[in-house]
Amino acid sequence: MSTTETTASGVGPVEGGSYNVDNPAPYIEAPRQRTKKTPKSTRGNFEMAAWLFMRLSGVVLVVLVIGHLLIQLVLDGGVSKIGFAFVAGRWASPWWQVWDLLMLWLAMLHGCNGLRTVINDYAERANTRLWLKGLLYTATVWTILLGTLVIFTFDPNIR
Amino acid sequence: MPAGTLYRGREGMWSWVAHRVTGVLIFFFLFVHVLDTALVRVSPEDYDKVVATYKTPIVAVLEYGLVAAILFHALNGLRVIAVDFWAKGARYQKQMLWTVVGVWIVLMLGAIYPVLGHAARVVFGS
Repeated sequence: MSTTETTASGVGPVEGGSYNVDNPAPYIEAPRQRTKKTPKSTRGNFEMAAWLFMRLSGVVLVVLVIGHLLIQLVLDGGVSKIGFAFVAGRWASPWWQVWDLLMLWLAMLHGCNGLRTVINDYAERANTRLWLKGLLYTATVWTILLGTLVIFTFDPNIR
Repeated sequence: MPAGTLYRGREGMWSWVAHRVTGVLIFFFLFVHVLDTALVRVSPEDYDKVVATYKTPIVAVLEYGLVAAILFHALNGLRVIAVDFWAKGARYQKQMLWTVVGVWIVLMLGAIYPVLGHAARVVFGS
């Protein structure tokens, strides 16, 4: 931004330079081009990050959840074998603890963001959106914390 | 009344609708599922009592529905990723949807015996 000249032509400083013999007309920025003068966007990239998170977590969840379904509902007698003893056997291994913890966090955040999108799409009044999202975030945080607590404090000898 | 003015959607729209519906259903199940699993911190008896309801024939049918929702959401989600990141994804979105539906049908046929077998034995006697 040169502001040096207020010259013969009497034309004041112009964005990108000023009039002179080599520069007979001011350079006009393309309307939407970002320049040093453009105010910083106040929005950030949250929506893009959320969009990307849905795809990345989605790929991981396909593996985690389908593995979970195979173990719980298909292999070794399906749902019939599930009980406290079965859970205790699986959570004796850090591998399955980490598996379930990762699945819990990714699935809850993936689902929370999905429902956020649905609420934004269908709840037309600002107040309705506010309350529905408040409820959603509260339920999500509580469920994640509860599930995490259960995985970390699980005690096979509770009785 | 003018005929044919109602937009009935095509593969793209209906797969989008199904993705939303299955996603919301799965999220609500997940919420309940974390709560029921949390019962392992209460007592083995309480946990086993609640899990026993998961083994009844009616809930087995619901579980089959849950598997259906999850498998569709997973497969169609991979299709969405392909549409977004693969240069030719948008051009082949219909073919990919029918691939998704085909794989889904095969997997759902395969899930009949493991998921519903024990319920059938209860209902019809082994």
